[in-house]
Amino acid sequence: MDLPVNESFPRAAAGCGAGSCGATAGQIDGLTDAIRARIEDHPCYSEDAHHYFARMHVAVAPACNIQCHYCNRKYDCANESRPGVVSELLTPDQAVRKTLAVAARIPQMSVLGIAGPGDPLANPERTFETFRQLAQKAPDIKLCVSTNGLMLPRHVEELCRYHIDHVTITINCVDPDVGARIHPWIFWQNRRVYGRQAAAILVEQQQLGLEMLSARGILVKVNSVLIPGVNDAHLPEVSRIVKAKGAFLHNVMPLIARPEHGTFYGLMGQRSPRPAELQALQDACAGDMKMMRHCRQCRADAVGLLGEDRGAEFTLDRIEAMDVDYEAAMVVRQEVRTEIAARLAAKRARGPSPAVSRANPQVVHFQPRVTKAAATAGRPVLMAVAARGGVVAVHFGHAREFLIYEASAAGARLIGHRRVESYCAGDESCGDADSALTRTIEALVDCEVLLCARIGYEPWGRLEAAGIQPNGEHAMEAVEEAVMAVWQQMLAAGKLTVPRSGARRA
Amino acid sequence: MAFTIIASCVNCWACLPLCPNQAIQAAQPHFGIKAERCTECAGDFAAAQCASICPIEGAIIDGLGKALNPPGSLTGVPPERWALTQAEVAAR
Repeated sequence: MDLPVNESFPRAAAGCGAGSCGATAGQIDGLTDAIRARIEDHPCYSEDAHHYFARMHVAVAPACNIQCHYCNRKYDCANESRPGVVSELLTPDQAVRKTLAVAARIPQMSVLGIAGPGDPLANPERTFETFRQLAQKAPDIKLCVSTNGLMLPRHVEELCRYHIDHVTITINCVDPDVGARIHPWIFWQNRRVYGRQAAAILVEQQQLGLEMLSARGILVKVNSVLIPGVNDAHLPEVSRIVKAKGAFLHNVMPLIARPEHGTFYGLMGQRSPRPAELQALQDACAGDMKMMRHCRQCRADAVGLLGEDRGAEFTLDRIEAMDVDYEAAMVVRQEVRTEIAARLAAKRARGPSPAVSRANPQVVHFQPRVTKAAATAGRPVLMAVAARGGVVAVHFGHAREFLIYEASAAGARLIGHRRVESYCAGDESCGDADSALTRTIEALVDCEVLLCARIGYEPWGRLEAAGIQPNGEHAMEAVEEAVMAVWQQMLAAGKLTVPRSGARRA
Repeated sequence: MAFTIIASCVNCWACLPLCPNQAIQAAQPHFGIKAERCTECAGDFAAAQCASICPIEGAIIDGLGKALNPPGSLTGVPPERWALTQAEVAAR
């Protein structure tokens, strides 16, 4: 298929190599100030913002017009966290009510997205009725939509009408032969179309939609699901093309596939990528494109900060009982926003997490640094952090995810997160604690250090035996500063001029 | 001449706006088709619209009880594979 690349779109500043970027602002480096200003309160787009601002999805769009091999339309499970899963379908009126209730209770909620559980643009009446009411009643909430792109060209004008500022398109391929192995059918022009023909139409519409949005100045993020053996070798090409067409951020997410999910991939034994594979692919794409590392692949009805879900506080019966004065809430929301903006500005003014000790005077960098690492000898170190709200705040046994940082002379760089089962759930129902611990260690095996608020005696020993050094000395410190403090300590102790010791063979 | 939606329907709404005769009803526990309105899309479309977008194999049947989307036809998962995995998951 011919995919013309429109070179007239402005190219963002050349991407810095993944290993030499040297700025914790990470994926938003190299963006224009205008784009940075537009995403600075968007938790899904800005790595900085996601510690402070919350988002919510409303599940108003149940219908879908394509089938993906990683999706099963039958599932509705309260205990699962993955896209396409919801507990409660809402009407547009209910969705608006829920949004206002959440915005009043969680004033740092800055973004409302519609992401399914089907495809928002396969449910245009429900989706646009929700946006229409919210644009009117809650002008301080940013509206976004996430789509498979099939019906995008048809709805671009209407998206503009409701000031939709951000659109996410899931693009897993630009090659229909690859697409046929991911999307078995689409519904197109009143019939079901299968295989390569279906994939070709999907690819064409996605690319057209992307071009139309870019031309209208709407920010476009592209999501891709990394499917080992299917599109892994193809994704750098996807990244290059979508970037050239104006997408400003690329989010490569790992396939989630287990037999019990009932998906084609889950049932047919398609494996998910290993954390290191995902990381390598994100690095391979990073030369072409800003990459997103903090995505949590949240549910289509998620509420709260990324990595947490407060949806249970806002079920239909609960929001019916809530009395919301949105005019008053907007005043509070503005105050909260101003306060967070000041904190973020202060953090940026301090510059990327310091490679030098904080006790030393520092040069203040108003712009994210893209300077080369200082010639300090010391290899980069991967560290896992049990964090909440940007702080080393979580007990190892209670952590459901770990943030993965690469510490080097250039600073701390977030490169991903790893989900785990909490090792200590406090009851018997969550299975064998020992095997949960084994799986956690397996997920962190490439990390050299583990930072947490506290940790028990037994897991401490097991982690050490696996070559991962637990560290509870930085409890309640800011994550990036803690990571760099540990790195400095390792450097001073001479551990970083020699290879990692004690690592267990994978 | 009418189709029927059966219990495996997941109430996803995809079919409802497509029906040229407004024969589909959003009902509980699952959507339904008003038999007197359903024409199986004869005269309107080459393929029945509800069955052409429905993502659930077996959820819509014809007058003889035959699934319009038989097992394996939409997901590509062979039915025996599905049964085997269900049994494995249940046994855990």
